[in-house]
Amino acid sequence: MAVIRDVMPAFELLQPNSITEAQKLLEHHGQEAWVLAGGLDSFDWLKDRIKKPQAVVDLSGIEELKGVRATGDGIEIGAMTTLTEVVNNPIIRQKYGLLAQAAELVASPQIRNQGTLGGNVSQDARCWYYRAGWPCYRAGGNICYADTPESRNREHAILHADRCVAVNQSDSAPALIALDAKFVMRTPKGERVVDAEDYFIGPNIDITRLHILRPGDLLTAIRLPSAWADAKFYFEKIRDRNSWDFPLLNVASAMMVSGNRIERIRVAVNAVAARPLRLKAVEDAVRGKSPSATTGEMAGALAVHGAVPLQFNAYKIPLMRNLVKRAIGGVEEARWAS
Amino acid sequence: MGILKPITEWATSPWGQSVPIHVAWFLIWVAAIAGLLFVIAHAIYVRYFAKPSRFGPDSAPVILAQIPEHVHRHSLTARIFHWIMAASMFTLLFTAFLPRVAVQFDWVTYHWIAGAVLTISIVFHMIHASFFLDFWSIWPDKIDLRDAWRRTQRFMGKPAPPPERFAKYPLENKLYHGIIIVAGLSAIVTGVFMMSRVRSTFFPRNPYLFSDMTWGMMYVLHGLAGVGLIGLITMHVYFGIRPEKRPITKSMIFGWMSRDHFLEEHDPSRWVIKTAASSQAPTEALPED
Repeated sequence: MAVIRDVMPAFELLQPNSITEAQKLLEHHGQEAWVLAGGLDSFDWLKDRIKKPQAVVDLSGIEELKGVRATGDGIEIGAMTTLTEVVNNPIIRQKYGLLAQAAELVASPQIRNQGTLGGNVSQDARCWYYRAGWPCYRAGGNICYADTPESRNREHAILHADRCVAVNQSDSAPALIALDAKFVMRTPKGERVVDAEDYFIGPNIDITRLHILRPGDLLTAIRLPSAWADAKFYFEKIRDRNSWDFPLLNVASAMMVSGNRIERIRVAVNAVAARPLRLKAVEDAVRGKSPSATTGEMAGALAVHGAVPLQFNAYKIPLMRNLVKRAIGGVEEARWAS
Repeated sequence: MGILKPITEWATSPWGQSVPIHVAWFLIWVAAIAGLLFVIAHAIYVRYFAKPSRFGPDSAPVILAQIPEHVHRHSLTARIFHWIMAASMFTLLFTAFLPRVAVQFDWVTYHWIAGAVLTISIVFHMIHASFFLDFWSIWPDKIDLRDAWRRTQRFMGKPAPPPERFAKYPLENKLYHGIIIVAGLSAIVTGVFMMSRVRSTFFPRNPYLFSDMTWGMMYVLHGLAGVGLIGLITMHVYFGIRPEKRPITKSMIFGWMSRDHFLEEHDPSRWVIKTAASSQAPTEALPED
């Protein structure tokens, strides 16, 4: 299969100035439209000539989609706010440091300057069989090339695989779930707000998408409620190259501790399934307990319950167990005795 | 493959081979609309144009006198099979096609479980029908074909003797059963192989059981059978609720049909009722299917 990596297919470039205008354009062009945010995911697809949309709707000219605003109950981050702006925003750094940590670990500085928060949570799967344009389940075909005994599937799913074993590799997504963020969308039927964890879907629901956005829909903002501001946060990302890489696994937790007891907690992991997973069973199990190594160890064991490794990614099970353990008990507390 | 091109979707495999991947999804709407159009056309025809059915002479009075008030038609086993098959078939169609028309839910697990239930029930039915029921009663015989020709002639306004009353099943039922066998078995056989591509309790996953081309044809056949079943099931449900067919539907619930309906539509010499009269009990027919 010839892959051309320099000349994009021709498309109509549409550059709306408002959310309303953008949404109308997306609705008008339906499945033939492509939403362009920072372009870091889009240009891969376009330059590889695997996606050939008729119209590209460039959101970069819409000021409403940019910036961080205070709301009555927390803050609202425009979907086109760059990751660098998220990292450097003083309110986010002070009150929602978890998101700042996660965003700071995305790729490289250049990519963070260009990449947006909306794009980071809405990026497509990075499975290379899929990205190479092979006719796999996610591309509308009838096979998963990554789930065979010979496949290179070191980065793939250990949980909730359903025919497709690709994973979601967003770094900001688990942080937003841990912060109980709300995703604001503009759809043909009006504004729709969903919990962060409900924004993402697995292959059991729709094997061709990682999120609930349908043709004509637009993610406009992400709201962070004040309920988790100033919580005790933990974020850790494991990747092959620390300079610049997608996560092999990441974990985010937000914890409210009172009298050495976990009063409230939200924990999420990503890159283990096609959607970032909120670990509700872990949250229920550790609530009321002390944030110690013992509790973390129990939480880690619980987190990997039901995990099914592929040929080359069994390492993700102990990795996830340890990251969850550290997310509960902290790095020092969680140091193994052996 | 030219004939398949317009009704299938194709892709290029990693080895550069053009392979079919599945049926074209617009066929869902084609099948649904075709089924609906058939229903509308048939309802209009029956309401405004159809002539009353005319059959040949009645059987001898002595035979008719032996027909009980309740004519046994389906055993409890056969009825249970039918409704299990119906439930699994509806589950299969809804789980297969609702996600294609933007109703999102976790459909794969329900689909393969319903498929497994259908497969088991069909295997049971084949054994049950072959060894415990009147196997040939559902297959067209010479009289059916002769009467079909007569009915066609009369429909065209040409002179022909009236057809005889039906045996246990009218020819339309028999033909429908035949088409369902083809569509159902196509879906089941391909579906069983496709189970090796999902994680289930039945087989270890083996996506390389066949070549990409063979797999593609299997998916296409599965899809064609599936969309065909949309139209076939639509027609089946329609006939099941039509007023003149309700005695047959009721017999699939209660197991029997009334003597009046039996005498109106069926020929006791072609559908022999083992009446209690022959065993000295005059009011009930004995199970014979």
